[in-house]
Amino acid sequence: MHGYANPARFLRIARPATGWLFGVGLLLLLAGSWGGLAMTPPDYLQGETVRILYIHVPAAWLGMAGWASIAAASISQLVWRHPLAAVAGRAIAPAGATFAALCLATGSIWGRPTWGTWWEWDGRLTSMLILFFLYLGYIALASAERERGGEGRMAALFGLVGAINLPIIHYSVLWWRTLHQGQSISISEGSSIAPELLWPLPLTMFGFTAIFAAVALMRMRADLARQKMEARLRRSAAE
Amino acid sequence: MNQWAFVAAAYAITLVATAILVAWAYLSMRTAEAEAGALKRP
Repeated sequence: MHGYANPARFLRIARPATGWLFGVGLLLLLAGSWGGLAMTPPDYLQGETVRILYIHVPAAWLGMAGWASIAAASISQLVWRHPLAAVAGRAIAPAGATFAALCLATGSIWGRPTWGTWWEWDGRLTSMLILFFLYLGYIALASAERERGGEGRMAALFGLVGAINLPIIHYSVLWWRTLHQGQSISISEGSSIAPELLWPLPLTMFGFTAIFAAVALMRMRADLARQKMEARLRRSAAE
Repeated sequence: MNQWAFVAAAYAITLVATAILVAWAYLSMRTAEAEAGALKRP
């Protein structure tokens, strides 16, 4: 990990990786969406609306994985003072916020025909909404610290404390059995979704994840370029 | 209630939001790298 602490070394890998991740992600996303919209049968209970699964689940996964990455970057910054950790946190946050918002929006659209309501103060929905607000707070804090020339330690602390919400989101369907269904896919118990409905999901999951990673790399490259420019301007002003 | 209308709305929102996110990240990267590159040249 510390081998990539040098921004020049990081950029040598990030430059080609950005295009590849985006290209592969787009292909997987198109294949998964086509499969989910045109090739899978309707569900016997939910009918055609089950197709929202192929975008809702990846959005939920990326909303949570985004914050888990911010928490990992925060530890890396606070413990090892990794020079790219704050850059990574700032780069990931807007993408994570977007997918958390998409999870809420697609879930609401899915909820109307299946539950009969757009919104309910259910444990899963509320904890996901809190995650979205945490993202907004993190973005505001990290931007403010960057503008003041700080190292982003307050944002890192916030990123670490906010990670408490992740297990709450995960276990909310077990702790508060209200409206949102329980877990359909588990590593230990497998999936309760029929295989003929399930197969496009890994495609959209990996597709969205690759696009998310490409966006994070693009934003990291932009941030590093701005840092370089600011350093040059400071040097030329001092001369 | 047409179920496909809900499916179309969910996909449209996701498509538009993802496209805006990617375009914003790409443009800010290109702009910042171009500006940093221009500053490097004498």
